[in-house]
Amino acid sequence: MLKKLTLWAGKTFDGLLKAAAEVIKDPIQRQKFFKYVLIHAVIIVTAAIFVYPLLRIFSVSLRPGDKLVSTDLSLIPDRATFAAYGSLLKDTMFLRWLWNSLIITLATSFIGVSLASTAAYAFSRFKFPGKKAGLILLLSSQMIPAGMLILPLFLMIMKLKLMNTYLGMIIAYSVSSLPFSIWILKGYYDTIPRSLEEAALVDGTSQVGAFWRIILPLSTPALSIAFLFNFTTAWNEYLVARVVLFSSQQYTWTLGLFELQGQYITQWGMFAAGSMLVTIPVLAVFLYSSKWLISGLTLGSVKG
Amino acid sequence: MATVQFSRIVKKFGDNVVLNGVDVDIKDHEFVVIVGPSGCGKTTLLRMLAGLEEITGGEITIDGLRVNELHPSKRQIAMVFQDYALYPHMTVEENMSFALRLRKTPKTEIDSRVDEAASILQLKKFLKRMPKQLSGGQRQRVAIGRAIVRKPKVFLFDEPLSNLDAKLREEMRVEIAKLYQRLNATIIYVTHDQVEAMTLAGRIVIMNHGIVQQVGSPIEVYRKPANLFVAGFIGSPTMNFMHGKLVLDGEHLRFSSGDIKLTIPPYLLHDPKKHDGREVVVGVRPDDVLVGRTAEGCSDKVDGVLEVCELLGHRENLYIKVGDTRLLATVEAFFDRSPGAAVQLCFNYKNMHVFDKATEARLSE
Repeated sequence: MLKKLTLWAGKTFDGLLKAAAEVIKDPIQRQKFFKYVLIHAVIIVTAAIFVYPLLRIFSVSLRPGDKLVSTDLSLIPDRATFAAYGSLLKDTMFLRWLWNSLIITLATSFIGVSLASTAAYAFSRFKFPGKKAGLILLLSSQMIPAGMLILPLFLMIMKLKLMNTYLGMIIAYSVSSLPFSIWILKGYYDTIPRSLEEAALVDGTSQVGAFWRIILPLSTPALSIAFLFNFTTAWNEYLVARVVLFSSQQYTWTLGLFELQGQYITQWGMFAAGSMLVTIPVLAVFLYSSKWLISGLTLGSVKG
Repeated sequence: MATVQFSRIVKKFGDNVVLNGVDVDIKDHEFVVIVGPSGCGKTTLLRMLAGLEEITGGEITIDGLRVNELHPSKRQIAMVFQDYALYPHMTVEENMSFALRLRKTPKTEIDSRVDEAASILQLKKFLKRMPKQLSGGQRQRVAIGRAIVRKPKVFLFDEPLSNLDAKLREEMRVEIAKLYQRLNATIIYVTHDQVEAMTLAGRIVIMNHGIVQQVGSPIEVYRKPANLFVAGFIGSPTMNFMHGKLVLDGEHLRFSSGDIKLTIPPYLLHDPKKHDGREVVVGVRPDDVLVGRTAEGCSDKVDGVLEVCELLGHRENLYIKVGDTRLLATVEAFFDRSPGAAVQLCFNYKNMHVFDKATEARLSE
């Protein structure tokens, strides 16, 4: 089957190129066309590599209970059913876990980005003792494997009496993604000309006003990246959640889905259905923030 | 409008002294141009007045009020930056009205002020555009418009034309001159371009190495430069300098510099005895080096060799070598000699300058 498919694709591609060579006489235009085709072929193949596992999970989530371990590769299985989704939402606390994840993730992202945006501004614009050391320290904290932070985080959260709480999770997540966000934002602020803030100061804003009215609106691409990073990290996190949360009422979806794995039987249908559902918020956030991920916001401000 | 006073201004960046005791008084409605080479401290001085740079020592007053510790927004100044510094996420209209909106000025007044500034600067049809949709000259106009709408006490211009091409710079220079006539405001304008300084200024402040070298009207600094630096900086093409010695010969002072021997007239240096034996630098502008037919009536003629001719159109630059000294003469086109030819030249003594070699200060009247 795969061999046939490859042969067919090869023949079609060959045919396409030959046809193009006949139609497009101008060699420069032909070269452009081939480049276009090549780039798109690479993009399509890459997209297929990433989408295929997702389609497989979707396929598994649609299988009836007696066909979960079937080796059938068809995307829509025989007797496809949404029963797994139904029982996931009805028989487990999946919605509760999703809600917990959403609260923790959104709070983490907003707090993380707020702290990072102001800290990065200080690092970018002001001179103060320990500035360089602070930046290096932030960077080096990223080199420590996440697993090694589990014990200190556990001890701190326990001392703060925040075990099994949203707040404990939010603090743990916000601080761990802060260094990366600060570096991203500092790098971006550095590219914004200082004269814009100076013009704002002369026009009548305070330093904070210049940050709020000029720097922040111009930094939306970097803020979006920092937000997305915070969001996806917190949304997908498992290890810290495993240590901090212990009642299934407080579980995030990552812990919740794990509950579906029993000692003797794993409910793969529900597992797959859960996996499909948790991609929706991330997808929504990505699609929404893509409109902010545009470059060239500072174009035209100063002589370039 | 307002007066501005800089008194004993000092600025240090660490151990580096950028400004060292600057004293300048700027009168009401005056157009003052601060000019000097890169790194002379002129922009730092302007930024200190704007409140964007801390003052290490001395005092700045606007209308008699000490502003050293005052926030930039409280100084009632408006600044036009070298790189325009337009807010890229705001339209032209929003850029121009930003300061007024901050001060919660009534909307009708904002609209009328923006409208007035836009018509002065011919920006009316661009009001809804973003800065990136404008050309360099239009952006600079918006930056000026943003300053005008605020009706400040003092306008500060920090090399506003240096990013524009030559033709546009010339046009904007005329625009700024017209704007000054219209606004009759106190303007402090920083530039490194002496042509801008000469054409725009009511008074010029010439700076070098953080020190004010001379303050005067354009014609004063051109005709009577206070020292060698000013003489070399102001005027284009630059002044010719001849290094030599003065010797008293009877009643007259004679200057000799290699093959160049001149008799210094008494109206240039009074009290010849005082200058006997003094090492000096004699300066002559290229226009005052007379060559060919114009040199025929001169008494102190000097023989030289024509090295290069540069035709500028109605004028011609002649590079002439006299012994080890190279002199530039600007004459009427077309000078009918080819390079390598022997030429005779002399100098217009009335416009000659004599400077002390050691102190570099002006000696001649």
